[in-house]
Amino acid sequence: MDYFLQQLINGLSLGAIYGLIAIGYTMVYGIIGMINFAHGEIYMIGAFVALITFLAIGALGITWVPLALLIMLVASMLFTSVYGWTVERIAYRPLRSSPRLAPLISAIGMSIFLQNYIQILQGARSKPLQPILPGNLTLMDGAVSVSYVRLATIIITLVLMVGFTILINRTSLGRAQRACEQDKKMAGLLGVNVDRVISLTFVMGAALAAVAGMMVLLIYGVIDFYIGFLAGVKSFTAAVLGGVGSLPGAMLGGVVIGLIEAFWSGYVGSEWKDVATFSILVLVLIFRPTGLLGRPEIEKV
Amino acid sequence: MTTPSHAPSHPHYHINGKRPGVDWAATIKDAGLAAFVALLLTVPLVGLRTVDRPTGLGIEARPEEVIASLVLVFLGRLGLGLIRQGMALPVLILALACAGVGLVLPMPTQVLRLVLVLGGGVIALRAAMTVATGRSKLSQADRDKRMDRFAAKVQHASRYIGPVAVAFAAVLPLTPLADRMILDIGILLLTYIMLGWGLNIVVGLAGLLDLGYVAFYAVGAYSYALLAHYFGLSFWLCLPLAGLLAACSGVLLGFPVLRLRGDYFAIVTLGFGEIIRIILVNWYQFTGGPNGISGIPRPSFFGIADFSRTPAEGMAAFHELFGLEFSPLHRIVFLYYLILALALVVNLFTLRVRKLPLGRAWEALREDDIACASLGINRTNMKLAAFAIAAMFGGFAGSFFATRQGFISPESFTFIESAIILAIVVLGGMGSQIGVVVATLLVIGLPEAFRELADYRMLAFGAGMVVIMLWRPRGLLAHRDPTILLHGGKKKPVPAGAAK
Repeated sequence: MDYFLQQLINGLSLGAIYGLIAIGYTMVYGIIGMINFAHGEIYMIGAFVALITFLAIGALGITWVPLALLIMLVASMLFTSVYGWTVERIAYRPLRSSPRLAPLISAIGMSIFLQNYIQILQGARSKPLQPILPGNLTLMDGAVSVSYVRLATIIITLVLMVGFTILINRTSLGRAQRACEQDKKMAGLLGVNVDRVISLTFVMGAALAAVAGMMVLLIYGVIDFYIGFLAGVKSFTAAVLGGVGSLPGAMLGGVVIGLIEAFWSGYVGSEWKDVATFSILVLVLIFRPTGLLGRPEIEKV
Repeated sequence: MTTPSHAPSHPHYHINGKRPGVDWAATIKDAGLAAFVALLLTVPLVGLRTVDRPTGLGIEARPEEVIASLVLVFLGRLGLGLIRQGMALPVLILALACAGVGLVLPMPTQVLRLVLVLGGGVIALRAAMTVATGRSKLSQADRDKRMDRFAAKVQHASRYIGPVAVAFAAVLPLTPLADRMILDIGILLLTYIMLGWGLNIVVGLAGLLDLGYVAFYAVGAYSYALLAHYFGLSFWLCLPLAGLLAACSGVLLGFPVLRLRGDYFAIVTLGFGEIIRIILVNWYQFTGGPNGISGIPRPSFFGIADFSRTPAEGMAAFHELFGLEFSPLHRIVFLYYLILALALVVNLFTLRVRKLPLGRAWEALREDDIACASLGINRTNMKLAAFAIAAMFGGFAGSFFATRQGFISPESFTFIESAIILAIVVLGGMGSQIGVVVATLLVIGLPEAFRELADYRMLAFGAGMVVIMLWRPRGLLAHRDPTILLHGGKKKPVPAGAAK
């Protein structure tokens, strides 16, 4: 039971991270119908910006942990979202009316570019970081211990989700975004600046991915330039599992994938956890292609 | 090329292009904004570098590189803005002057020199092309049409270019030019050409986006390696077996996923590719895990003769059989011809199958899935056939790879390989056989030629993929003549690539 609870918490925090990345995939897929293959790299950049910010503020002498974490969070969200914006502007926007494959190839190219860009700039070796937020919360007489970082991850994700849901459902930006998702042309005719909405979608997705990157840095304490690929594919799996285009679905899918991975590692063995994830992807797509919360897609002739 | 290379223009560009004067304020503001974005992009990742110190991770500031990139972006954007407003000639002169100054005069820092030469060079190139072709007077559609006409010409010429190229490839090893390095590069190029042609069956003909093609390549390679390792089977026996096994795995993987469409299909094939790789890594009792399999036997001369100086018992030596002097190059030349033949088989198959009902059905499926179903074409079987045949060719290429390398490990079958092969197919122009060759020369040949710049190779590769897609979203030689026409093609057909 204790072991189960431990894995549950590990899975939830991992799932929160996947969910945060998956939202970026699902929003972009919903609005322009493409797999933003470079999104995993955006998450990796978020982790690197967080790491560099931490080192920089350390060098400046700020040692109060909450402030340091806040600066890290803001900086990585800010700088990473600029990357998200730029990627869209350079690699996707000119291809908006092109055949479907063109943006996908462009995205794969962008992903390779960003990976090597970081590798050249920051070096290929993995970057270790001493724990910033050490300590555990022990529950049930010490049988279950939850590190503060994992707790913080879950809480921050929850807060972001609430804020994000309000943004999508209550603000004019969210309304414009939902309108574009349904019909870009019509939304444009009604005065919505479609280009701007799409740009902002990328910005928001990148900001959330940056949070995920920072959390991974804090939890595992080590990152390298290659973390984006696997996390990206898994998060896309999460998005598909939840139903592409559905924001709660992305979060749900992320949590499910995180839990599967944690339990699989805990009870079966960690070597095969990726196979488990990918098998889930295949099974979901075969038996429920619309995902858990997705709307059925109507095929138009 | 008849048209210049450039990224597609921004939507507002034509309006600006026709404006008489130069709107300095707007242009400078635009350039300033671009520089500001560049500042945000470069401050954390370019300006601050993590360095490994004995005490842990440290950080190092590189302000000069940030400033350099800011200046580059500002001037570049300014130059482009001015070119768009009809100031190409002055910009060209200025840019050339900058590059010249950077080259000749001594500079305080190396970075400044780089800024001047690189920035000046790129802008000068762009300006020169504008001056030379008067491109700004052409609309995007015009340029597309021009490019399509060029592609059509190349495709028609391929009737003559094709045999010439094959003849050249066939004669190459016999010329004195052929040293070890040239042949190795030739083998590498031909391997990718074969893979590209193989994938082209799935992507170009059947219109299925396969992101996991490398899985079949891996199945082929491991089939041969394991069969040779455990049962001591020879390459010539394993080659068909590897193809068969790869085709079987294609059917196995394809059967459940072929109902999916578009991007979903792409991502599932990616998942399968990764699953196969992870199995290869983790099942170390059988596959050797991350260490791979070494000592894979080299191919013999069709089972008759061996290429080593002292062949094994019961085998003749190649050089003795043919009365030649021993040379280690013989094996390489043989491998070269082997992969050339394999690649040509794939090409011939594709060219022929397009005239058969199967190929027709594939092309019809690519154009309209639902119409095909209405016409009674069994979609699943057709797609499965495409998948299996492409997988088989991938398997052939894989076992060739294994025998050529003598060593394989899961490292060789990562997603990036799939991406490279797909890039070859798409950049070449889907469905275009000669496009695959051109794209392979670009994607594999160019980086190979710049081997010394190892670190920057993949960077340039990624950037190149983006740029080519921006420039030619349909691929370099995307023109597609209909395989079959009504009335025997007496009416002039509308080129498919030009259709909007």
